[in-house]
Amino acid sequence: MVVEVSTSPKINEKLVVRDLSIRFGDKVALRNVNLEVAENEIFGIIGPAGSGKTSFLRAISRMDPFTPNMRIEGEILFDGRDTSKLRNLYAYRRRIGVVFPLPVGLPLSVYQNVAFSPKLRGIRKKSQLDEIVERCLRRAALWDEVKDRLHALGSLLSGGQQQRLTIARALAQDPEILLLDEFSIAVDPVTTMRIEDVLKELREEMTIVLVTNLVQQARRLADRTAFFLTGEMVEVGKTSELFEGQVADKRTQEYIEGRFG
Amino acid sequence: MSDSVPAASQSNRGDDFDRRDAAWYVDRLVHLLVFLGGVSAILFILGIFVFITREGLGYLTASFSPSEFFGSIEWRPTSDTKPTYGILALLTGTAAVSGLAMVVAIPFSLGAAIFIGELSEGKTREILKVLVEMLAAIPSVVWGFIGLSIMNPFIIDAFDVPVGLNVLNAGLILGLMAAPIMTTIAEDALKAVPDHYREAAEAMGATRWQVIFRVVLPTAKNGLVAAVLLGVGRAFGETMAVLMASGHSVNMPTSPFDSVRALTATIAAELGETAHGSEHYRVLFTIGIFLFLITFCINLIADLIVRGIRKK
Repeated sequence: MVVEVSTSPKINEKLVVRDLSIRFGDKVALRNVNLEVAENEIFGIIGPAGSGKTSFLRAISRMDPFTPNMRIEGEILFDGRDTSKLRNLYAYRRRIGVVFPLPVGLPLSVYQNVAFSPKLRGIRKKSQLDEIVERCLRRAALWDEVKDRLHALGSLLSGGQQQRLTIARALAQDPEILLLDEFSIAVDPVTTMRIEDVLKELREEMTIVLVTNLVQQARRLADRTAFFLTGEMVEVGKTSELFEGQVADKRTQEYIEGRFG
Repeated sequence: MSDSVPAASQSNRGDDFDRRDAAWYVDRLVHLLVFLGGVSAILFILGIFVFITREGLGYLTASFSPSEFFGSIEWRPTSDTKPTYGILALLTGTAAVSGLAMVVAIPFSLGAAIFIGELSEGKTREILKVLVEMLAAIPSVVWGFIGLSIMNPFIIDAFDVPVGLNVLNAGLILGLMAAPIMTTIAEDALKAVPDHYREAAEAMGATRWQVIFRVVLPTAKNGLVAAVLLGVGRAFGETMAVLMASGHSVNMPTSPFDSVRALTATIAAELGETAHGSEHYRVLFTIGIFLFLITFCINLIADLIVRGIRKK
């Protein structure tokens, strides 16, 4: 571990990924990825379907023990600590918020969905829970729409509302890292913009890894962006530079311009 | 090591990822309890198997002859001169009655399940569900009573036969008995099909029946197979109703109007009258082993079918 610290000396690196490979059985989903995510940065990941973006997020949140056949090789350091050697994985996962592409609402009321993780942390006081629920729903741009039916089932909300509910739920974890996997897939453009504004504010408090199919979304939000293609990281760089054409690999340019230019 | 970690700006954070808190220990404890529960279920099954095997083993190792046991229709356990233990007639009786029961129960129960689950709505649906569940709660001796006192004279009158306690009677009774449970399970399987599948098919202009036949039934296949096999198991293992409705006479049936005797009914009727440890007693336990193996095979087949479907 001492070696790792010496090769990646910067003090504000929240995540350090070294030689990360991910396998599902015989299939290699990701090969030899090396990157760092700085604290309080929005780190964008772009790439077509099958490039390994989602697998990367699953590895960061250490979902592998729950995923049959999933194997992680290499190192993922969180605050300099090797995540493969944690003795309490649940405590680790409580600090990482994940938003999946399609809303996964728990079969609970709107209120209970958001209050779920604070309760896991042991918060019992109603006033405190009320405060967290309202704050997180406001931040996810959902409060005004649901404040009168907090105790209705979350699954009765519309698709876009459910997605914002899962964002509110992730925020209620008070996460150190927020992993967003194409969060805007089921959300209308106006709401997407509102959530994007919220994410810019959240950067002050947490580190965000944003996987997106919308190249322009990465451009709007990410400080740095990585381009994944068929299980490999083609390159990573400052978002502004990548989008100005300062790319190391021609494929990155083609992807940025060709598909959504 | 952890000293080199920067004390993050959020000092109130930092759940220690190495500290095992109460939730962690509760999780381990529950794991252990669930494990013990699972293991004890296996032990009970094994225990039952060991028990019936031990009781039947004396016969299996001594005078057991497969050709007589499975091939002979002579079931004369109480003969003074030469007792014979051929279960072919009993086995055929059980198979005939169970087979007829399934011919009755499968269309009825699947039809009822489709009606309740897919075609009826609101109050009708709720009332039907309650009624079906009430039917499932009728004790088997009551079904036997119906076979004895209602079906028996009815069959004698309707078909002009001397005895109404026969394969037809027992098969109908068993079929009616198994149908409610099969309906309930099949209906659960249909209900588990997500509504958006139906909506997607309806949006393409599929009729109600096309939706049921092309989308709902294929999706619910697993549960429907499970429902049917549960019914088969129920029919095979049922004792009291068959004992009362089948006529209980050792006989190779050639028509639905022949009286038969079932394996289970034989055990129930004779075990109490045998001397503990006698050959007759041990043969009855051997039949028990045999029934156990059949049920095991039915479940195994069900499992294989379900796996096969899942792979597709």
